[in-house]
Amino acid sequence: MDHAASARVVPPTGFTARLTLVTAAAMAFLAVFALALSLATDRLATRWSDALARSATVRITAPAEEMDTRLDSVMKVLGETPGIRTFRALDDSEMDALLQPWFGADLPLDALPLPRLVELNESAQGIDAKGLQLRLDAEAPGAVLDDHTRWRRPLVAAAERMRFLGILSLLLIGGAMAGMITLAAQAALAANVQVIRTLRLIGAQDRFIALAFVRRFTGRGLAGAAAGTALGMIAVAFLPAANDAGGFLTGLGFSGAGWLWPLFIPVLAGIVAYGATQMAAMRMLKGIR
Amino acid sequence: MIELQNVAIGYSGHDLISEMSLRLVPGSFHFLTGPSGAGKTSFLKMCYAEMLPTAGQMALFGRDVHSINRDERAMMRQRIGVVHQDCQFLDHLSVAENVALPLTVSGRSVHGQELRELLSWVGLRSQADALPPELSGGERQRAALARAVMMSPDILLADEPTGNLDWEMSLRLLTLLVELNRMGKTVVIATHDMNLIRQAKAQVSARVLRISGHRLQLAGADL
Ligand SMILES: Nc1ncnc2c1ncn2[C@@H]1O[C@H](COP(=O)(O)OP(=O)(O)OP(=O)(O)O)[C@@H](O)[C@H]1O
Ligand SMILES: [Mg+2]
Repeated sequence: MDHAASARVVPPTGFTARLTLVTAAAMAFLAVFALALSLATDRLATRWSDALARSATVRITAPAEEMDTRLDSVMKVLGETPGIRTFRALDDSEMDALLQPWFGADLPLDALPLPRLVELNESAQGIDAKGLQLRLDAEAPGAVLDDHTRWRRPLVAAAERMRFLGILSLLLIGGAMAGMITLAAQAALAANVQVIRTLRLIGAQDRFIALAFVRRFTGRGLAGAAAGTALGMIAVAFLPAANDAGGFLTGLGFSGAGWLWPLFIPVLAGIVAYGATQMAAMRMLKGIR
Repeated sequence: MIELQNVAIGYSGHDLISEMSLRLVPGSFHFLTGPSGAGKTSFLKMCYAEMLPTAGQMALFGRDVHSINRDERAMMRQRIGVVHQDCQFLDHLSVAENVALPLTVSGRSVHGQELRELLSWVGLRSQADALPPELSGGERQRAALARAVMMSPDILLADEPTGNLDWEMSLRLLTLLVELNRMGKTVVIATHDMNLIRQAKAQVSARVLRISGHRLQLAGADL
């Protein structure tokens, strides 16, 4: 079928054309941010849940002369606790590395009554934190289990919720765009009933007539969304870079292959526009013999 | 081509014409007359399946009209040229593009030479690039005729094709239609113009269908 010919049979519509273009661009711009949000929170949630996946610390406070026996008791308890994959006491140099950022390089570790730390990694089955603490209290008083999960779990939950909201926003933006293009297409179809009637009378098949409108609106949806996506990506690229403080706001953006994701937005917009216009056209044509 | 058996048509439950039985065979030439509002336009609409019969059996190109789907209907309309009473053009396209439109919508290519010849044939060569709203009533009807024959259809239906034409132009248009009929096309012309009918009878064996009292009758030779 001659595509250019079918494009000519519908009179040009200046205003709705521009409106569709601009709205598609705005929607795509928003979609880029929703996508960036989803991806960033996805990264964050994964990082946090990996990190807290199953690492915990036992902190031992004791008078210096009893420290070694306490440590032995703790190691013994840990060795007998189910659900622990590995555990090991941090040595002095590791402690040094941990404390240096806070207290400077020349810290006389020996002279300070520092707690000893034992890092443990849980197996998939996980530990019974409460039970372990009870046993520690009994066998090695002054040993405290720091379960990281406790304070990170709400953060992970928040990140996951954000990710969900990001995806929901994407869906809503897609739906709003479908609705908007349907309205614009319907307006264009209604304005051209006479043209459509005439085309039917001289033997045009539905798909020829629909194609004229579908082409137009798919083109606009695609072009508008491409422009909006480009602007959105530029805006995201110029967001302040994420730094070590690695908060979640500064982490908003795409990384590496993540930059490919927004390129799907115009394609999806085109598909949405195609579907919406096709449906509107077919519905309209049903009323014309 | 078109076969009717006890067919009725009407709007919103009221029969406009009923008990029509008729066969339009290839190469036949019919006039359709009757008072204004009798249903001539409606009859023609039935012929190109814009209206469906409310009763009886109707076959179009050998197919029961009730069993034809939308695409098949479109294909059949490509074989039926219609000069509508109100012409119906796409006002944003030039006369030439409008005349070529049946080819365009059926995906066929337009031959510039043929198109120009056709426009000369209806005397619109110089208006080829004009827009339809810039044409006079008679020019519109001639453009509509050119569009109707563009696809070289099997059936030609013309609704008051001479309504806006002077006698000389009417005769020319009649000659065009007679020429088409001699090429084997089935022609049906709705008209009030008795002079035109008489003139035609001198050239072809035309039959006259008359709608009166909600019936379709074959008029006698008493014109
Ligand atoms: N779409 C419609 N809905 C309802 N009634 C209609 C419709 N079209 C036509 N009619 C009625 O059907 C009757 C026949 O109309 P039609 O146009 O077929 O008459 P006609 O014989 O062509 O008249 P004319 O010589 O004035 O063109 C008229 O009374 C008209 O009011
Ligand atoms: Mg009429």
